[in-house]
Amino acid sequence: MRWGVLQFPGSCDERDALQACRRTGSEARLIWHEERDLDGIDAVVVPGGFSYGDYLRAGAIARFSPAMEAVSGFAAEGGPVLGICNGFQVLCEAGLLPGALLLNESMRFTCRQLDLIAAGGERLSIPAKHGEGRYFAPDEALDALEANGQVAYRYAPGQNPNGSARDIAGVRNEAGNVVGLMPHPEHAVDPLTGSTDGLRVFEAVAAAGTAA
Amino acid sequence: MPRARVLIRPKEGILDPQGKAVERALPALGFEGIEHVRVGRMVELEAEDPERLGELCEKLLANPLIEDYEIEQLDGAA
Repeated sequence: MRWGVLQFPGSCDERDALQACRRTGSEARLIWHEERDLDGIDAVVVPGGFSYGDYLRAGAIARFSPAMEAVSGFAAEGGPVLGICNGFQVLCEAGLLPGALLLNESMRFTCRQLDLIAAGGERLSIPAKHGEGRYFAPDEALDALEANGQVAYRYAPGQNPNGSARDIAGVRNEAGNVVGLMPHPEHAVDPLTGSTDGLRVFEAVAAAGTAA
Repeated sequence: MPRARVLIRPKEGILDPQGKAVERALPALGFEGIEHVRVGRMVELEAEDPERLGELCEKLLANPLIEDYEIEQLDGAA
């Protein structure tokens, strides 16, 4: 299995993402934002950071990059894609995932370890660090997400750090091969930093692709 | 080239924490009686074909899920 990790001007978590992919026993390489060639890539990470300076809106410009055009095609064919933080914002802007991420309710950048509940009920300890992570979608869309089982991760009760609707931390597309979340699983892959639960997120995405 | 101005603001009903923060700061400065503050963005541009500005707003300048926009033609154009 080989992962490709996108790298935009302003990305900052791509190297941790590479490391996380490798720790699941896979190969991984960076994909510069001007590249269009995803040959030999089995799964893609759109990493965290501040792509293109977050100008206009977080993720709005990155969405039009050559690499993202390639990722859209890859996702349409069922290829697994994981968007983390800014990567989640990019996937929403690109229309690959439903909803949008708004300025945190508190107006503060949040940076803390918190607990997520995965769709299967598993509890994961993973850090979150963002200023614009408040998940929003209209009520009917939220109802549909819940009915279709598209809520991939929720903040554990009482730990919603940003005012996200219905405690949603991450969602998947209808087909299940594209997943995005605000917290950073790539920062939770070594016992030294307190948790290796992040690996479970990478493994789940890889498995979604294998099943497809 | 025809000039235009695009005003973008959070949709009605969407919590705007920036607007709220501004609103809360006002009484301390002696500005009473101001409410419902919404903070948005303004983009000025020159467009060869102003007909396409709507499409430009839908695709890039605004996110129609969370934002409303208004296009204002300057230079007295229609």
